[in-house]
Amino acid sequence: METFIGALTVFVLAIFVGFEVITKVPPTLHTPLMSGSNAISGITIIGAILSAGSQHTTLSAVLGAIALVFATINVVGGFLVTHRMLEMFKPSVPARREPK
Amino acid sequence: MGEAWINLAYLLAAVLFIVGLKGLAHPRTAVRGNQLGALGMLIAVVATLAHRQILSFELIIAGIVVGALVGAVLALKVPMTAMPQMVALLNGFGGGASALVAGASLVEANLPEVRASVPMLQLSLASAASGIIGAVTFWGSLVAFAKLQGIVGDNPIPIRSLHYFNGLLLLVAIGLGVMLALEPSQMGYYWALVAVASVVGLLLVFPIGGADMPVVIALLNSYSGLAASATGFVLNNNALIITGSLVGASGIILTTIMCRAMNRSLRNVLFGVWVPAEAGPKAEEVYGGRVKATSPEEVAMLLEGARYVVIVPGYGMAVSQAQHAVRDLMQALEAQGTRVEFAIHPVAGRMPGHMNVLLAEADVPYDKLKEMDEINPRFEQVDVAIVIGANDVVNPLARTDPNSPIAGMPILDVDKAKSVVVIKRSLSPGFAGIPNPLFAMDNTLMLFMDARQGVQEILAALKAK
Repeated sequence: METFIGALTVFVLAIFVGFEVITKVPPTLHTPLMSGSNAISGITIIGAILSAGSQHTTLSAVLGAIALVFATINVVGGFLVTHRMLEMFKPSVPARREPK
Repeated sequence: MGEAWINLAYLLAAVLFIVGLKGLAHPRTAVRGNQLGALGMLIAVVATLAHRQILSFELIIAGIVVGALVGAVLALKVPMTAMPQMVALLNGFGGGASALVAGASLVEANLPEVRASVPMLQLSLASAASGIIGAVTFWGSLVAFAKLQGIVGDNPIPIRSLHYFNGLLLLVAIGLGVMLALEPSQMGYYWALVAVASVVGLLLVFPIGGADMPVVIALLNSYSGLAASATGFVLNNNALIITGSLVGASGIILTTIMCRAMNRSLRNVLFGVWVPAEAGPKAEEVYGGRVKATSPEEVAMLLEGARYVVIVPGYGMAVSQAQHAVRDLMQALEAQGTRVEFAIHPVAGRMPGHMNVLLAEADVPYDKLKEMDEINPRFEQVDVAIVIGANDVVNPLARTDPNSPIAGMPILDVDKAKSVVVIKRSLSPGFAGIPNPLFAMDNTLMLFMDARQGVQEILAALKAK
């Protein structure tokens, strides 16, 4: 029970942190916000690594390995695609160079 | 490495995630923020690899290599116009991974040598939560992906009884979760619960129409975070709990913003049966002989004399990939001294921020993109407003007709501009299924063309002068 209360405390406090941080993200960045926050929700990868690596049973190892593939797609794909999008956001510059 | 050091590394990762998300508050700092997030993830992964529980690395290496390859190819190949389905797919993988990890942990916890040392009630309840949320996220996201990719139709399917059935299924899944908590050794309950929740996910998203996808994607984003959080309770791991709740909060905020921008409740989006209004004015009453078709040359003439032009992009711009042509038009207008800005409605497109990403891809500076509240008071000074592939978000009926299905929805006040040019293939209604009086106004000209072709021909006519 004590561990649960500890975990619950962390959960509730983190939600408040999340609200504070995310409300400051401007609408223009909402798509990168989704893909970027999605990439960090791939943190479940650490659970997948533990299950795939500890190999308690064949079943848990296989489940862990599939989860690991999913989570890695999530993490690598998420951070890369977010980077690709964010690189494109540029401010106006006074002397714009015209293409061609 | 000892457990304490690993947990410290997780704390560091969580801090980096928070600082990284803070960086997203401005486009200038956003790239750095994303990199900090990636660094945090790397630290968390490396620390986990040092855990003494890990006996063999073969499966881990294989899994990471396969996942990284697939992820990298997806991320580098996907065109910007396909970003909504990409985000949907990534949400799905995250949710699926969480449900699988919860399942694996449950299997491990039931081993005789582990059993005594785990808090079984917390573990089984959290696994049930992770299994339900994860499966809903995975299958719901796959349906959203299929709809956005055009594999299945994206028309709304109004069947009210389906939602009652789905609610019943959700109760069954929760019931199975309670059974699992009572008898954690019965893995069958877990798989049954995942199977039932999978059907819930499919049926939840299947009836929802394309124009409501921004809400659905934001919601699934939130679910993928909550699933990770639930898995954190399974593993008693603070890194997962913190990160999952950050993402959960982010998704909920976006969902709320999207719903508010449509003046609809989340319940209405998810379960509402969207019936095209019978009560509202008929198309022929609204349009009857008052619609003026125009030509690219006429629009070019109008633009030549304009000092302030606002472009209003909608989903039609994404469909016809007109963003580069729009950028060229912007540059041509600026070259003649015209002030050009973009008015972005929060639900324009198929996901939050969809238009912003497309225009950024075409090198339109982000400071020219104005939010609804900022640009609306300025429309009266606008010489020409060009609406490209948008419909319901510029329909003045939202302000004037309390019986309209979009009544009260905040819209871009395009009709207040001195002249309006609408580039649209036909007078067909938007998602709300109602006619748009904007198209029949005295100061509105309709250019009946595909968005890209229309913009290109206006540009050609402008340059020919």
